[in-house]
Amino acid sequence: MTANKAGSPLTAHENIVPDTRHGVILYVEDVNLSFDGFKALNNLNLYINDGELRCLIGANGAGKTTLMDVITGKIRPDTGKVNFGQQIDLLQLDESEIARAGIGRKFQKPTVFEELSVFENIELSLKGDKGIWTALFHKLSGEQEDRIGEILHTIGLVAECHYPAGRLSHGQKQWLEIGMLLAAEPRVLLVDEPVAGMTGQETERTAELLTSLAGEHSVVVVEHDMAFVRSIARKVSVLHQGSVLAEGTMSEIQANPDVIRVYLGEEQG
Amino acid sequence: MNTSINQDINQNNQQQSLFRSRDPLHLTIGLLFITTILVTIGNLIFAESSAFHVSDYTVSLLGKYLCYALLALAVDLVWGYCGILSLGHGAFFTLGGYAMGMYLMRQIGDRGVYGNPDLPDFMVFLNWTELPWFWAGSNSVIWMVCMVFLGPGLLAFIFGSLAFRSRVSGVYLSIMTQAMTYALMLAFFRNEMGFGGNNGLTDFKEIFGFSLQSPSTKLGLFIATAIALALAYCACHFIVKSKMGRVVTAIRDSESRVRFVGYKPEHYKVWIFVVSAMLAGLAGALYVPQVGIINPGEFSPLNSIEMVIWVAVGGRNSLYGAIIGAIIVSYAKTRFTAIMPEAWLFALGGLFVLVTLLLPKGIAGLLPSIKQKFANTADSVEAKS
Amino acid sequence: MHRIYLLLLLIFISGQSAALQPDSDTQSNSQLSGLLNQLPKTKLRKMAPLIEKISQTKQPQTRAILQFMLDGELYYLRANKQVVHAQSTENNLYELTDVLTQESLTPVKKSRLSKVKTNNRLRSTLRNILAKIDLTDDDKQIRLQAVQQLLSSPSKQSAAIITELIDDETDQDVRALMATTLALQQLKSGSSDEKLIALEQLSGSLEPTVKNEIVSLLENLPNKDLTAEQQILKSQLTNALDEIDNRASFYSAIETVFFGLSLGSVLLLAAIGLAITFGVMGVINMAHGEMIMLGAYTTYVIQLAFPSMIEYSLLIAVPAAFLVSGFVGILIERGVIRFLKGRPLETLLATFGISLVLQQLVRTIFSPLNRQVVSPEWMSGSWQINPIFSLTYNRLYIILFSIFVFVSLLMILKKTSLGLHVRAVSQNRDMARALSIKSDWVDAITFGLGSGIAGVAGVVLSQLTNVGPNLGQAYIIDSFLVVVFGGVGNLWGTLVAAMSLGLTNKFLEPLTGSVLANIIVLVGLVLFIQKRPKGLFPQKGRSAD
Repeated sequence: MTANKAGSPLTAHENIVPDTRHGVILYVEDVNLSFDGFKALNNLNLYINDGELRCLIGANGAGKTTLMDVITGKIRPDTGKVNFGQQIDLLQLDESEIARAGIGRKFQKPTVFEELSVFENIELSLKGDKGIWTALFHKLSGEQEDRIGEILHTIGLVAECHYPAGRLSHGQKQWLEIGMLLAAEPRVLLVDEPVAGMTGQETERTAELLTSLAGEHSVVVVEHDMAFVRSIARKVSVLHQGSVLAEGTMSEIQANPDVIRVYLGEEQG
Repeated sequence: MNTSINQDINQNNQQQSLFRSRDPLHLTIGLLFITTILVTIGNLIFAESSAFHVSDYTVSLLGKYLCYALLALAVDLVWGYCGILSLGHGAFFTLGGYAMGMYLMRQIGDRGVYGNPDLPDFMVFLNWTELPWFWAGSNSVIWMVCMVFLGPGLLAFIFGSLAFRSRVSGVYLSIMTQAMTYALMLAFFRNEMGFGGNNGLTDFKEIFGFSLQSPSTKLGLFIATAIALALAYCACHFIVKSKMGRVVTAIRDSESRVRFVGYKPEHYKVWIFVVSAMLAGLAGALYVPQVGIINPGEFSPLNSIEMVIWVAVGGRNSLYGAIIGAIIVSYAKTRFTAIMPEAWLFALGGLFVLVTLLLPKGIAGLLPSIKQKFANTADSVEAKS
Repeated sequence: MHRIYLLLLLIFISGQSAALQPDSDTQSNSQLSGLLNQLPKTKLRKMAPLIEKISQTKQPQTRAILQFMLDGELYYLRANKQVVHAQSTENNLYELTDVLTQESLTPVKKSRLSKVKTNNRLRSTLRNILAKIDLTDDDKQIRLQAVQQLLSSPSKQSAAIITELIDDETDQDVRALMATTLALQQLKSGSSDEKLIALEQLSGSLEPTVKNEIVSLLENLPNKDLTAEQQILKSQLTNALDEIDNRASFYSAIETVFFGLSLGSVLLLAAIGLAITFGVMGVINMAHGEMIMLGAYTTYVIQLAFPSMIEYSLLIAVPAAFLVSGFVGILIERGVIRFLKGRPLETLLATFGISLVLQQLVRTIFSPLNRQVVSPEWMSGSWQINPIFSLTYNRLYIILFSIFVFVSLLMILKKTSLGLHVRAVSQNRDMARALSIKSDWVDAITFGLGSGIAGVAGVVLSQLTNVGPNLGQAYIIDSFLVVVFGGVGNLWGTLVAAMSLGLTNKFLEPLTGSVLANIIVLVGLVLFIQKRPKGLFPQKGRSAD
C-alpha cells in the first residue's frame, strides 16, 4: 500500500557503524556558509575524536550554533565536507537520518514536546525503529520501561513523570532534553548551552553527567559559562568569525595571544 | 516530604486529565449503538401516529449527519492531532462520493431517460458512443469499494508527499489544500471530464439491488453509516492512543524537534493524511446514496471550511468532540436554513469568530472544566467541613 | 476628441440631424433652396446634373440631403412641393423634417407624400458624390473612414475618385490608405504585370480586405497546368500572404501580451493589499476578497448616489473605496485579529468567518443578484493602432493604474515614517516596542492600508466583472498564490508573480480554453510552491524561519 512506502525502514546508512579506525568520529572540513553575503562559517575545520569531550567557545555570532545546524542537517553548507566516521557523508542525509545514525542534539533553547508528558517525551526519544508501522503497533517492553525509569532517575524527574512537559520549569526542561538525548543513545552528543537557567548545584550535576558520558560517547559542548567549561573541558576549540581560531587545553587557550585578543580579552577586559 | 510528593503526583494526575481530554471509547460507541437501535425501533415498530415514531425523513437526515460525523473525524485526525489544517477535505469526500456515484449511475442501466443500457444519460446527451476508460469496471462493487478508498487516498498521497516533503506547512499548506479543491471543482464542472459536468451524477435507482426510494433501504444505509462511524472511531482511537499518536502530537507541537529525535515527520504526515482522506472518501461514498446526488458543488472551498468549523466547535484534539460538533452544527444548519435561510451564513460566520476567540478547545474542552468546577466546589465543601 | 468626430459622423449618417452651425452664406443657401425646389420636377434622366449642382453648394445640409436621397428617405409634399426628410412611424404616419431648416413638421399620411425619384445609376452617382464629399472633408478621421469604406468594396469608380484626389491629399495616413485602395483595385482587375506591382505594394498590409483578395485570387488560380505567368503570380501571392500572416501573428502575440499584462495588473491589484497584510505583517486575512468586494460595491453606491456624475464616479470611488475597506479592515484588526496574534490557523478561521458574514451582509442589503456598475465614457473604446490591432482603453488604464498603486505603495513603505515603523514592527516586534513604536497602532494602520488597497482593487474590478457578493471569493485564492509565489514579504516579487501569472494564463488560453488554463496555472503554482516553498524571491538568513 501507499503508506507502506512512507514508513521507511532503517536506511542503509544507519546499519553502517561509523568507521573510527583513525580515532576521529566527526570530520568537518573546509565548510563555508553564507547568509546574504554574511559569512557565518568560513573555511571551518574541526575534528572530534571518538570518545572525547570537546568544548566549543566563541563570541556570539562566531558560528557555534550554525556549526551544530550544519552537522545535524538543519542547514546545508555552501561548500565543504561533513563526515560521520570516515565513510558516512552527513551532507547526504536529512535531520532524522542523521539523528538515527547516532548524532544527538540538545538545543540552545530547550525544546521538548510540550503537550506530551515527561515519560512520553523520553519514550519517543528511545533508540529504535522510528518507522510508521512500528509506531502504530508498538508496545513498550519491560526493558525499555526500565531504561526510561533509569533515565528519569538520572535527570531527577521521577516525580514529574506524568507531568505535561510544557509545565516544567526552564531548568527542568533542560534536564528533560538531556534525558531525551540519553534515551537515544547516540555516538555523538551535541550539547548547546546545557546549564543556562540551572542552579549551581544542577550545573555541577550536569558537569558530572557530561564527563561520565565521555569515553563511551563523544560529547561536544557549546557553553558561555567559562567556569563550567573549565570544570569539564579537556580540549577546547575557539571559534571566531566562522572558523577555528585556536585549539588546545584550557590553559593553552588562555595563553594563546590570538584568543586573548579576540575573545578572552574582551571578556576579561 | 514523602507525602508532599504523593500530593504532587495526585495533583499532576488531576491536571493531566484536564490538560488532555480522554477519549471515552466505550461511552461513544455505546451511545452510537443505542441511538442506532432506538432509531431503528422507532422507524420500524412504532406507527406513524405514535410519539416515538421516527420518520423516514428523519432517518435519512440522521444518516447524513453520521456521514458528516465520519468526515469530521477525518478532519480532526489531521488537524486536531497532527496540526495539518486541511481546507481541502471536501475534495476527498467528494471523490469518494463520485466513486459511489459512478457505480450507482451504472446500476440505472437502461432505465435512464435515453434508455441506453451502457451509457449514463449525460454521456448520451454529449453524443459519446462509449464509456471513457476511467469508467471501466465502474459497475462492479469491488471496483467501487476500491475507488472509494483509492481515489482520495491516491490524491492525498501525491499531494501530501509533495507538500510535506518540501516542508510546506501551516497557513501555506491550508491555502494550497484550498487551491487543490478549487482546481478540482473547476475541472469537474467541465463536461469533458466525463463526470456529468455541472449536474454531476444523479437520478440513481438502486444500490446492491435495493431500491433507493424504499424506506428499508434508507434505514439500512443509516445503520451501515453508524457501523462505519463506529469502526472508524475505533480505528482513530487506536491510532491516537498508539505510539503513532504520540509521534503525531509531537509533530504538531514541534516538527523540527521530531526530526532531531530521528523520526521522519513527512512520512507520518503523509500516512495520517492518506488515512484521513480515505475516511473522508468513505463518508462521501455513504453520503451519496442517502442524498441521491453528487455534483462539483461539493468541491466548493466553503464546504471544506464548514467541516473545519464542525471540528472547531466540537473541540479538536478529541475524537468525540468532532462527532458532537458535526452533528450540532449540521442540525443548526438544517433548522436555520428552514426557518430563515439568510441567517445561516451570519450564524456560521459568527461561529467561526466566536469559537476561535472564546472557545479554542471547543465543546469537548468545556466538559472537563465543568467537571473541574464541580470537583472544586466539592473540595471546598469538604475543606470547610 | 476622435470619438466626438465619429459621433458627428454617426449623426450625419443616421439622418438624425443635430443642431448645425447657423448659416452665414445666405447666397449659397438660397441657391441650394432653389436647386431643391427643382428636385420634384426634374425627370430621372436629368437628375444627375442636378445632383452634381446640389453637391457643389457645399452647404452644411448638403451631405445629409444627398444621404437621404441615397437611403430613399427624401420626399416632397404633394401639396406644396416642399422637400422633406420623412421617416415612417408606427401608426402609418410619416415624421417630417424640412431638409433646409431642420424644422419638424406635423406628421402626415403616406398618401400626401411623394418620393424623390432615384434609380440604380443615380444611387451609384450619389455614392460617389458622397464619397468625394467625405474624402475632401477637413477632418482627417472622416477622410480615413471614407477611404476605409471604399477599400472594403473596391470598384473602378472608387479607384477613379481616389486617383483624382490622391495628389491633393496632404495627410500621410490617408494617402497611404488611398494608395492601398488603388493597389487593391489594380490587384483585382489589372494585368498580370500590374498585379505583381500591386502585390509588391500591398505586401505586409494588414487590411482584412487585402488578405481576402489575395486568398480569393489564390483560390481562383487553377491547380494544375499553370502558365509561367501564373506560376510567378502564385508564388508572389503566397509570399504576400505569408508576410501578412507573419505580421498578423506578431500583432496577435503582442495583443496576448497586452491581455496578459492587464490580467496581471488585476491580479497585482488584488494581491498587493494581501502582500502587505500577509506578506509584511504575517497576518492571514481570508476576508481580503471581501475587502475587494466592498470596494466594488462602494463604486456601485456612488454611481447610485450621483447618477449625474457617472464620468467622475470612478475618481470619487477610488478614495471612497479605500476609506470604506480600510475602515472595515481596521475594525477587523481591532476586533478580532489582534486577539489571535501568533496563531495563524485560528486567524485564518476567524477571518474566514468574517468573510462569510460580510458576504451575507451584502447579500441582504443589495440582494444576491449582480449589480450593474456603469463604465464611464472615457473607459470605453479602444486605441486603434492598425487595422487588426487595438488596445482597449479600460485595460490600458487598469495597467497604468495598477502601476501607479504599486509605486505609491512602495513609496509609502520606503519613504514615510509609517513605512519605517511597519518594517520595524514586522521584523522585530519587541525591539520596535522597546523603541517606543506603538506596535498596536502600527498594526491597525498597516492592516487598514492593505484592506484599503483591496478596496481600490474592487473599484477596478467593478469595471471588468459582475459586481456580486461572491466577487471577492474568486480572487482570494489567486491573491494568496500570487503573494506566496512571489515570495512573502517582497513587493517586487508580488509584481513579478502577478504579471507572469497573467501572461502564462493568457498564452495558455488559446491552446487549452480558459477554464483549463486556470486549472493548469493553479496546479502549476501548487507544484511550484511545493518545490520552492519560499517563492520566487525568498528572504534568506537564519531569522527567516
